[in-house]
Amino acid sequence: MTLNLFYFLSFLAVLSALLVVFSKNPVHSVLYLIITFFSIGGHYLLLNAEFLFVVHIIVYAGAIMVLFLYVIMLLNLNRESEPHKSNLVKVAATISAGLLLIILVGSLKGAESMMQVENSSIGYVKSLGKVLFNEFMLPFEITSVLLLAAMVGAVMLGKSEKRSVN
Amino acid sequence: MVPIEYYLWLSAVLFTIGVLGVLYRRNAIIIFMCIELMLNAVNLVMVAFSNYLNDSSGQVFVFFIMAVAAAEVAVGLAILVVMYRNTKTTDIDILNQLKW
Repeated sequence: MTLNLFYFLSFLAVLSALLVVFSKNPVHSVLYLIITFFSIGGHYLLLNAEFLFVVHIIVYAGAIMVLFLYVIMLLNLNRESEPHKSNLVKVAATISAGLLLIILVGSLKGAESMMQVENSSIGYVKSLGKVLFNEFMLPFEITSVLLLAAMVGAVMLGKSEKRSVN
Repeated sequence: MVPIEYYLWLSAVLFTIGVLGVLYRRNAIIIFMCIELMLNAVNLVMVAFSNYLNDSSGQVFVFFIMAVAAAEVAVGLAILVVMYRNTKTTDIDILNQLKW
């Protein structure tokens, strides 16, 4: 049952990831990427990481993809404005990516197998929060500074230039 | 029971698709999306190992990666909007003013 669910989610993730790359319309790419994120979230559930599943859906499908859709809408990108690479570059890209896949899969060959922990509780908010606020306290605080800096940077960049002259 | 190799293979495939997208497409927004795909492939490996080794550090790392990805997307898309305002395109072959 779990294995069948794994196969289904993996198939969905890989298929929609391929469609992200190969669909002509940028809006369709974003929608396929949302499907990919949801199937990766399903994998998180299979791995007993409930908190990360919720955060993943909120951050990726909720915030990041809305940002992408908003920018595509703002720039009015559509199928006609889509640039095309030459066939030589496309073939070169496919060959390089295929070689990378061969290297990655080859490096995994002969890896030791491990057993999944059944009904583990490390994915719950309680146990994750204990680790986050004890061992990883300083990185957590630095992350908040990073988010503040990113917010200030995005606002500065997005501000129209005419207003800065006044 | 899913063997951990399956998760490693799945993330290898997803990461490769991300790399393929970065090399294949010329639209800067699609390239950003493929970078997100690569980050997610790495996140999947971290969560898988966190579960199989029964250690929650991996999931905390994924949490931080998500925060960094959100910051990266916000700043990157802001840069993209500014570039579009100046050049009226998101084609990375035209955005080559920084080349020597």
